[in-house]
Amino acid sequence: NTIRCSALTPELKSTLDKVVTSNKIVLFMKGTKDFPQCGFSNTVVQILKSLNASFETINILENDLLRQGLKDYSNWPTFPQLYIDGEFFGGCDITVEAYKNGELQELVEKAMCS
Amino acid sequence: MGVTKEQVESSLNSKLNPSHIEVLDTSGGCGASFVVEIVSEQFEGKRLLERHRMVNAALEEEMKEIHALSVKKAVTPEQWKKLQESNQSNPAA
Repeated sequence: NTIRCSALTPELKSTLDKVVTSNKIVLFMKGTKDFPQCGFSNTVVQILKSLNASFETINILENDLLRQGLKDYSNWPTFPQLYIDGEFFGGCDITVEAYKNGELQELVEKAMCS
Repeated sequence: MGVTKEQVESSLNSKLNPSHIEVLDTSGGCGASFVVEIVSEQFEGKRLLERHRMVNAALEEEMKEIHALSVKKAVTPEQWKKLQESNQSNPAA
């Protein structure tokens, strides 16, 4: 058994707690919403835009500690990572699926109104 | 050394005991990249996020080297049957 070092320090955890709860919709992605640097991240940005959602994006390419720590925080190995109402919603595939079946729109509307 | 399609298949087979599995190697030169379609009874009663987490967990070792993983489908055998039927009755879609 190897001991796994976590990049998720208590400080980073409390910062992330704040980030995801003080914004209704947050997308941790590669690049920014105006300049996505990966197709998967771009897909989620376009979906959120088409739903007229207001959302924050955070570029994980600019901060490697954040990038590693988030994987532990979300228990999710890849990016993008979408948070709605303080809760981890999923990555690109889940977002696409939920967009298709209308579940995402419902959640986004609920978040915007709350 | 990168991860092969066979490794991905064998890990998923041993951990999720799927009734159907399709792994597609979609790496276009930038490293290991896969699209996965998987049908398993273990997905019964689980939300999509949980199902994807199960797939991620099954590939924990491989994920360290996989550049991109897309879980196209994670469905139960029953959902899979319905999908097949709707595809057949609507071939133009």
